[in-house]
Amino acid sequence: MTQENQKIKTGNYEIIEHKFDAIVVGAGGAGLRATMGLATKGLSTACISKVFPTRSHTVAAQGGMSASLGNMGEDDWRWHMYDTIKGSDWLGDQDAIEYMCREAVPSVVELEHYGVPFSRTEEGKIYQRPFGGMTTNYGEGTAQRTCAAADRTGHAILHTLYQQSLKHDASFFIEYFAIDLVMEGGECKGVLAWNLADGTLHLFRGQAVILATGGYGRAYFSCTSAHTCTGDGNAMVLRAGLPLQDMEFVQFHPTGIYGAGCLITEGVRGEGGFLTNSKGERFMERYAPNAKDLASRDVVSRSMTIEIREGRGVGGENDHIHLNLQHLGAEVINKRLPGIAESAEIFAGVDVDKEPIPVLPTVHYNMGGIPTNYHGEVVNKVGDDPDQVVPGLFAIGEAACVSVHGANRLGSNSLLDLIVFGRAVADRCAAIIKPGAKHSELSQGVMDKSLANLDQTRHAQGSIKTADLRLEMQKIMQNNAAVFRTGEVLEEGCQKIAVTAAKINDINVTDNSMIWNTDLVETLELQNLMIQAKVTMFSAENRKESRGAHAREDFPDRNDDQWMKHTLAYIDDKGEVTFEYRPVHMYTLTDECEVIPPKPRVY
Amino acid sequence: MAEFRLPKNSRVKKGQHYKAETSGQLTTVKVYRWSPDDDQNPRTDTYEVDLDNCGPMVLDALIKIKDEMDSTVTFRRSCREGICGSCAMNINGTNTLACTTSIKQFKGKEIAIYPLPHLEVIKDLVPDLTHFYAQYASIKPWMQTDSVPLPDKERLQSIEDREKLDGLYECILCACCQTSCPSYWWNGDRYLGPAVLLQSYRWLADSRDEYTGERLEDLEDPFKVYRCHTIMNCANTCPKGLNPGKAIGEIKKMIAQRHAL
Repeated sequence: MTQENQKIKTGNYEIIEHKFDAIVVGAGGAGLRATMGLATKGLSTACISKVFPTRSHTVAAQGGMSASLGNMGEDDWRWHMYDTIKGSDWLGDQDAIEYMCREAVPSVVELEHYGVPFSRTEEGKIYQRPFGGMTTNYGEGTAQRTCAAADRTGHAILHTLYQQSLKHDASFFIEYFAIDLVMEGGECKGVLAWNLADGTLHLFRGQAVILATGGYGRAYFSCTSAHTCTGDGNAMVLRAGLPLQDMEFVQFHPTGIYGAGCLITEGVRGEGGFLTNSKGERFMERYAPNAKDLASRDVVSRSMTIEIREGRGVGGENDHIHLNLQHLGAEVINKRLPGIAESAEIFAGVDVDKEPIPVLPTVHYNMGGIPTNYHGEVVNKVGDDPDQVVPGLFAIGEAACVSVHGANRLGSNSLLDLIVFGRAVADRCAAIIKPGAKHSELSQGVMDKSLANLDQTRHAQGSIKTADLRLEMQKIMQNNAAVFRTGEVLEEGCQKIAVTAAKINDINVTDNSMIWNTDLVETLELQNLMIQAKVTMFSAENRKESRGAHAREDFPDRNDDQWMKHTLAYIDDKGEVTFEYRPVHMYTLTDECEVIPPKPRVY
Repeated sequence: MAEFRLPKNSRVKKGQHYKAETSGQLTTVKVYRWSPDDDQNPRTDTYEVDLDNCGPMVLDALIKIKDEMDSTVTFRRSCREGICGSCAMNINGTNTLACTTSIKQFKGKEIAIYPLPHLEVIKDLVPDLTHFYAQYASIKPWMQTDSVPLPDKERLQSIEDREKLDGLYECILCACCQTSCPSYWWNGDRYLGPAVLLQSYRWLADSRDEYTGERLEDLEDPFKVYRCHTIMNCANTCPKGLNPGKAIGEIKKMIAQRHAL
């Protein structure tokens, strides 16, 4: 139960204080798994979300969640670990990857016990499909490792987790917009949030604040991400003077619907679909002779981009690619891929039984985010210690950079990441927090800066509309931090994004109500996106090698000597970006597996 | 004859007219507006939208209006691909998702957008769904079992048993069906409504759940289920093509069969 609420008066605003053991910000897969885990363990837990939990973007995940259950053939978590390290292009931390792949099996079994309506095999077990980069025997064969509920796995999991949270009676604060972390003496003490429904402000005190705020896909013009994917937690961390890690690594999903940008799952290729160019050629055979259409996402997106660049794109302007699944037959489509058949019809006007879907690589996932260890504790580099824990602050899911995905995430490792680390953070909090422990007194004025920004933004009378400035930022990101990058284009990108970011001080907000003011919400979200966009562009310019999703044409090779390290990017009040580095963890947690040393990455 | 009219402060007035700034193929979009911050009546504002510079869906038109013409227009939206259920609203008389409703189908005629009907309005197109969510929680929409599964193995379910969940588990809780049901308009306080009952049946139909009896008992009440009079607005309006009316029929059958035992 929450301890008694107190009201604090600060300037023009009154703040209602709530005290809990743990505060989760975000109610997607990671946030809900953490919330239900914390509630089960007897910690008083509040989950704050700017949307009703089942509207979080996990709901849109389609293909599945990887776990080496071995329901469809022999499998081993060590093979999964190998694939994930190779997929990460050796930027992933191997201790964390070991933890994730090992915990995958109990995590997915638990979800089934909670009621997730997984598709089934003839024996009644969880159905598993092939996915990109997932192999058996350390790269030899094709693994069927991705646990699926048709092509609506994210929806099935998210709804089930919300149901479990209801069962365990967690406290939800729904349609509350988180404004800033409350930090004191380098520790996180709580979160300041705004209740959209009645316009009140709230301070949520917690011994642990867990950021599960997702990615920031909306920094780009064309993305599969929801409108609400604005990386609010990432931005709060930057504003608190803490770094974000590996922000240069942005995943382009090979198959976003041309024009609309809506996702078409990799599961289509897992079920036997393939890409073709204007000559009708299955071009992936040339780029990835073994894995073909099931190569890793960065590889497929680059191959498609090259095909289009060399004039072999399809359509009137030769600017996209075809995804074929006509040959799969109506039965497979109805059973395994009903959702994307619907999406293709609505957003591309395509009958997938008869015609290919027009697709294009589309921004999909942020490998970068808030640096954490495998317990979900946020870390920072302080002096010689690259892994110093920030007390009270945790991050999980797409917002976090554990780093299990390194330079490129494998498909179906994202739902896995959410569940495994949502679970891990709950375990960690239960181990280190005493339920009902007293909260320290906060000094006067710890929230002044955040409140001043809220008030100024709410009454901002500048000359630029939020939507116009957002579009300007999105176009720069789309043009200057794309699938292929060069020093020249990135330098231009840095200059442009710096100029655009500075214009945020000249923004105009028309609605100044405190109740459901989406004009203000979108402007605060734009502030959040803008600093992440800037940090992304600068990090990309800074990394002078090619690795995973970061493909530099002026530095086409991976450079392990100089760059096998994580980028930490900080941004100060003046918008100045600075860098530090953390070493990649080239060690395992146990002796049940071995470190995978770097080697050339060929599919 | 008795005359029925809305109370004075609820009558919707004509609001402002916003002209298009560009000259392409225009369509008129009428949007319900109400602000909690003043004591003004609700109104409908009219926006001329240039379709040549607009995405294909009604949500695209609303976003264009908010971005370019009037940033105070308020509505929920998130995934823009029909899976999150945020942008449920009443478009030309039908409850549906703005993100999957194409503008073209209205053939250039005016598009009138109102919030989902028979709910309290918080602001503009944002209705209060608190009661709906509480009703959802009231049916215990989670797996209930007494048997303990092996910790390292999934429960088994045959392909045929899993198929029984198709058409049920896909619900996105958008509340389009719920708020299209005249019975729910009348008795929404006690009738659970089509969306919630579809989820009741989702758990009754799940071969893994062991609380069928308790669930049916909980539903046995003159209002919770039996206010469904098979009007079937729910099935007509569901943006995901589901059929809550049929699921309610199945629940009634299960209750009857239980009594026949």
